[in-house]
Amino acid sequence: MKIMVAIKRVVDYAVKIRVKTDKSGVETQNVKMSMNPFCEIALEEALRIKQSGLASEVVAVSMGSTQCVDTLRTGLAMGADRGIHVESTAALYPLTVAKLLKALVEVEKPGLLILGKQAIDDDCNQTGQMVAGLLGWPQGTFASKVLLDKEKQVATVDREVDGGLETLCLNLPAVITTDLRLNQPRYATLPNIMKAKSKVVKKYTPQDLNVEVKSDLEVVEVTEPPKRKAGVVVSSVDELIDKLQNEARVI
Amino acid sequence: MEMEVSKILGYCNSRRLAVVPQGGNTGLVGGSVPVFDEVIINVGSMNKIIAFDKVQKEAAKLVEMFQLMQVVCAFSVMALFMGMYLAVLTNGDVLDMVGTLRKDNTGYDLKHLFIGSEGSLGIVTKVSILTPPKLSSVNIAFLACEDYPSCQKLLSEAKRKLGEVLSAFEFLDSHAMDLVLNHLEGVRNPLPSSAHNFYVLIETTGSDESYDREKLEAFLLRSMEAGLIADGVLAQDINQASSFWQIREGIPEALMRAGPVYKYDLSIPVEKMYNLVEEMRVRLGQSANVVGYGHLGDGNLHLNISAPRYDDTILAQIEPYVYEWTSKHRGSISAEHGLGLMKANKIFYSKSHETVQLMASIKKLLDPNGILNPYKVLPHSLCSYS
Repeated sequence: MKIMVAIKRVVDYAVKIRVKTDKSGVETQNVKMSMNPFCEIALEEALRIKQSGLASEVVAVSMGSTQCVDTLRTGLAMGADRGIHVESTAALYPLTVAKLLKALVEVEKPGLLILGKQAIDDDCNQTGQMVAGLLGWPQGTFASKVLLDKEKQVATVDREVDGGLETLCLNLPAVITTDLRLNQPRYATLPNIMKAKSKVVKKYTPQDLNVEVKSDLEVVEVTEPPKRKAGVVVSSVDELIDKLQNEARVI
Repeated sequence: MEMEVSKILGYCNSRRLAVVPQGGNTGLVGGSVPVFDEVIINVGSMNKIIAFDKVQKEAAKLVEMFQLMQVVCAFSVMALFMGMYLAVLTNGDVLDMVGTLRKDNTGYDLKHLFIGSEGSLGIVTKVSILTPPKLSSVNIAFLACEDYPSCQKLLSEAKRKLGEVLSAFEFLDSHAMDLVLNHLEGVRNPLPSSAHNFYVLIETTGSDESYDREKLEAFLLRSMEAGLIADGVLAQDINQASSFWQIREGIPEALMRAGPVYKYDLSIPVEKMYNLVEEMRVRLGQSANVVGYGHLGDGNLHLNISAPRYDDTILAQIEPYVYEWTSKHRGSISAEHGLGLMKANKIFYSKSHETVQLMASIKKLLDPNGILNPYKVLPHSLCSYS
């Protein structure tokens, strides 16, 4: 069985985000870009499944600018067998990405498609669900545990839901999106970085896959959240209690 | 602000009241600890940026001496980061050495006298610091080496091949690694597949991400083929990078949690540096855990001896042996911590009698009544005042 994993290049999790002065988006020039943390978890899970002998190949897919190849190289250094880059300079929204993924699934025919539950840049949390819908595959979203049964061709997925865990049983092929606690992604070791250099990254354009890049969405404005107001230092316990009672009205 | 400090010092000098300048109180050798009846002058609130020159990137900042020492330690390139500054002397005179010129060779360069003087010559009230712009591309590798000579060879190779972007070269031994893994929460071993004797952290800082990364990768792969590196990982994002730094920077905290610790901060020629750690292990046997780590790039060894309890017999095994050994190999018994109270009498291990005599004369000239941070820096035998 082949596993396909979608990975997105985003502004690094640890970078302080700056909004562009014209409010059209966030600054990405001269900013450290990395793999979306949830995608790292998705890839790690695919690699673990492969290591346990339940899959034969892990294919990493990324979409966007030329630099996405760097992110794919990270994925290959973690252990993915090969990469696919769908090159597009236009902004890609979840529905377009889902259509492109569906087209790639038809080419590659994986038994499992794993994605991060959301990307930390746009927080959409839609792509996995949409691609499952387009493919007509069952979906296990927000997975915190994944078990595969090769004989029965089913995946058992634990989901963290309000108030507890929900366990789903999915027939393969299926779509799984990963939550934070599923696993701890591995580091890229030097021997694997070396091996990654000879791995193949295949390039597609949306036209090759017969997908029209368009969006029904328009970003009107991106603004920073309101600044937190400075606190005050109170001179006595009485003043503190007074403020809590009469200003904050919490006691 | 300097006028207030000047008044205080003038008054204390006229009444012969001893003073201890204090700042962040992060010292490790008791430099800011009052011993008897000294007046504490805390300059912690002198932390304002007065001006910032965007073009020259020079900031004149009110910082006190010990904070300044920290800045120096953090970058270990003293001369580059130090601008001129303003110091207040015991007679109340304000010595204005603030200027923003990169080059000024008129007369003696007095500011260097105050750098590292631990508040024993005057109180610094204003400094101008050269602040190079923060570069955007930082790459960090965490590597394993099987023996100390490999770490050394890796260092000289790194200096040759990564020269312009190499910004840190740190090493730790397996004892330090074990301490961090056992005593700090949330730290994970980046190279868990097998145990190694030494670990090296290499950081590069530059302005071109893909160029720097390719350069570092090529260097690491070559070093691996040459057998200098046994294994290694390269940080793929900032989170991974900071988790590698956390291992190196977490060692002092892990040592504190492990129990009593004897700390030595030594400068030793790189090729002999680790011999001392090994000799101490032989001397102490099972009685204590000898840990070695430090800034290999600067020849700076942090020798830490973690013991089940503070014990005179253990101390007798360590001192004066460590100092004598360091002196014999022409090292320094204090690379970046200063001498403070704890090591004032040990100065002769690193400086000749003539040199210390000259220091004492300078101290006498600037502080004739010996009111500034007494019992610190210089040996007590030379600092008796009538």
